[in-house]
Amino acid sequence: MNGIKIVVLAKQVPDTRNVGPDAMKADGTVNRSVLPAIFNPEDLNALEQALRIKDSYEGVTVTLLTMGPVRAAEIIREGLYRGADDGVLLTDRAFAGSDTLATSYALALAVRRLAPDLVLGGRQAIDGDTAQVGPQVAEKLGWPQVTYAEEMHFEGGRLIIRRRLERGVETVSAPLPLVVTVNGTAPACRYRNARLLMKYKYARTDTELQAESSDYIAAGRPAVRLTEWGVEAISADPEQLGISGSPTKVKEIENVILQAKESKRLTASDRDIESLVRELLENHTIG
Amino acid sequence: MANFYTDNRDLRFHLKHPAMEKIVRLKEMDYRDRGQYDYAPCDFEDAMDNYDRVLEIIGSICSEVIAPNAVDVDLEGPTVADGHVTYARGTLENHEALTRAGVIGMNFPRKYDGLNFPMVPYVMAAELVSRADAGFANIWGLQDCGETILEFASEEIRDEFLPRFNKGATAAMDLTEPDAGSDLQAVQLKAHYDESKGTWLLNGVKRFITNGDAGISLVLARSEEGTSDGRGLSLFVYDKADGGARVRRIENKMGIKGSPTCELVFRNAPAKLIGERRLGLIKYVMSLMNGARLGVGAQSVGIAQAAYEEAKKYASERKQFGKTIDQFPAVYEMLTVMRVRLEAMRSLLYETARFVDTYKGWSFISGERTLTKEERDDLKVNTRLADIYTPLVKLISSEWCNSIAYDALQIHGGAGFIKDFPVERLYRDARITSIYEGTSQLQVVAAIRGVTTGGYLAQIREYDKMEVRPEMEYLKKKLAGLTDDFEKRVAQVMAAGNNELTDFHARRLVEMAANIIMGYLLLQDAQRDQVYASSVELFIPMAISENRMKSDFIAAFEEKELGLYKVS
Repeated sequence: MNGIKIVVLAKQVPDTRNVGPDAMKADGTVNRSVLPAIFNPEDLNALEQALRIKDSYEGVTVTLLTMGPVRAAEIIREGLYRGADDGVLLTDRAFAGSDTLATSYALALAVRRLAPDLVLGGRQAIDGDTAQVGPQVAEKLGWPQVTYAEEMHFEGGRLIIRRRLERGVETVSAPLPLVVTVNGTAPACRYRNARLLMKYKYARTDTELQAESSDYIAAGRPAVRLTEWGVEAISADPEQLGISGSPTKVKEIENVILQAKESKRLTASDRDIESLVRELLENHTIG
Repeated sequence: MANFYTDNRDLRFHLKHPAMEKIVRLKEMDYRDRGQYDYAPCDFEDAMDNYDRVLEIIGSICSEVIAPNAVDVDLEGPTVADGHVTYARGTLENHEALTRAGVIGMNFPRKYDGLNFPMVPYVMAAELVSRADAGFANIWGLQDCGETILEFASEEIRDEFLPRFNKGATAAMDLTEPDAGSDLQAVQLKAHYDESKGTWLLNGVKRFITNGDAGISLVLARSEEGTSDGRGLSLFVYDKADGGARVRRIENKMGIKGSPTCELVFRNAPAKLIGERRLGLIKYVMSLMNGARLGVGAQSVGIAQAAYEEAKKYASERKQFGKTIDQFPAVYEMLTVMRVRLEAMRSLLYETARFVDTYKGWSFISGERTLTKEERDDLKVNTRLADIYTPLVKLISSEWCNSIAYDALQIHGGAGFIKDFPVERLYRDARITSIYEGTSQLQVVAAIRGVTTGGYLAQIREYDKMEVRPEMEYLKKKLAGLTDDFEKRVAQVMAAGNNELTDFHARRLVEMAANIIMGYLLLQDAQRDQVYASSVELFIPMAISENRMKSDFIAAFEEKELGLYKVS
């Protein structure tokens, strides 16, 4: 599929895989200052799929699309280091506080403006774990969607996708344009490329440049500018963004503290093991 | 995430050595590539930031891909079919990850799609890859062959071969033959120029060729009929795509099993001449070998680091008699000696890399313009230092790598003798380092010139001029004492005027010089960063006791005793 345009949805998330005792604040919100901001892991799997398509066909372009604060530009740079062609940072105060519905509204508008043939994203982000944004973007675009993708290739203009499901593997085919969300079981993303890193390490958005007030970057380098879009750039209705566009309200957050007294001692006897299996099935931990 | 670069403070410490400012300026020729290549640095800080960040990429590939693959690669190894080699699955994965990361051809100029990095960060990368998998480090490290092409081959050959490295081409240096191992002058493989085909053709057999089925091979061959010594040998480049060379078999080795060691048969294999005829061994291979010896130095430090990490971890977990075994003097002494030796050999490695960088920098510039007198002098001094330090690094780090691997296995006790722990593989991998690219005994032959010509001594006196913190003055005095003693023993041996006696004591004298040099280097490190203060405090008494033993032996030795050692 020569010449197709791919957009990869990526999110900067707090690294919740190594959570310490101070990861949450007293009010129940995430203490972002102690958790390093990283590229959402399954979005990296999605990026790898996009780059593989780019490797296999002529003239394919890969554009990263991320929504977040100014510092989320780092996600675009990370994508460029690995082989993406460019990226767009959706950033605006009006986006703050968006739930998945408002986020997918904004992302869908941005995708429309970018007009790709294929949108790839991670199955879900490790901070919210909703897995809603990808499917919602597809709905708003009115495009078909395939979730849990693990591997994909083109055949006769259609994308053949292997899906990793709970009870097995399913292979489907879908026409373009299409939204695909990629599973963590898909191949890991390639490492940064040395030359691309050296080329793009000073790529900045306009806002970043102003904040850094550094002549160094502008003077020493052929300036690589990263695209920044606000509400106006995607002609969004402010009512559908941010808090006002987000029906999800967090009512209360509870800290769950697991206590040692909840532990249970089992022997190696068949009876104990059987009762454990039954218990795990009943409370839906397995099965 | 584990990262072999960032988890070892020594590396950043050596990367940030004050001499780097000059080295980078030479390598980047005053940053003239800026503006021309979008990835060229615009100044010193920018370049240093590049090295640091690229080493971070390599460090994560090493810890996340190469090291985890090492176990299977060791078991599976490469295979041979139809005259060609297939790598183990993990080897292919490692190679692909590093190729995609764009870190093959690290030293080459940008016009050949290289990164134009100096030796210092390149040697660091070699150390990292070796720590992850020493066998794979050979396949990756043979990009050194590109340096020889760059330095000596025609523009046409450079344009043809160098850009291929960055795309993942592997290389080999085809030097040794069944009857030409340490003695390369005995090489028989024949090269003759075929007028009708307009090419050189190679015929003969090569043996013990690391990565022999590589895409690009440098082949040492006899081009001058009727000659029998090194002056009849020329160096050629053979492209696997042209065909003519086949792998007859691969050796079943003790260690570095992932790296195929090939026996090759050349039958009318077309090849291109590098540089001039007759200079193959005496000039080009000597340069190639120097690069490879520094590479083995880095490999040895990498393996030693891996072995030390394994030993430290095991000793901190294994409990006997109610406590972890690292609480017993017999074990913690071993661990600390390992650490201090590692730091000492690493300092020697990067000191040597800096000499190499400096002379290479000047000699590259001299290809474009005439050097001033000071510049020529600097080139000369650094060339000489690189020449005498390279065999020293190869000798010391490979021998210590072996002793560190030995002790690391010892700390594991019976568990170390079983294939369940990585230390068993490291112990086997370590063994080759003091053998290939010139045995330790041959490194001594090369290094003894540094003793007899006073090269080491002059540099030691240079080190002695450094300012040290007042509380470390006493250490400097001790080193000065060792130097006096060394000078005395050298004079004694030389006074006999007996070459065989000099050869007999050569290793002792070379190792005495090495201990003094490493003592000064650690002292220098401690001036730059207090954390190395304890290392130099620990190292100097070890150096004193080792040197004293050698010195006493030489002092008491009478020339006639040499006869007692001779094997009849």
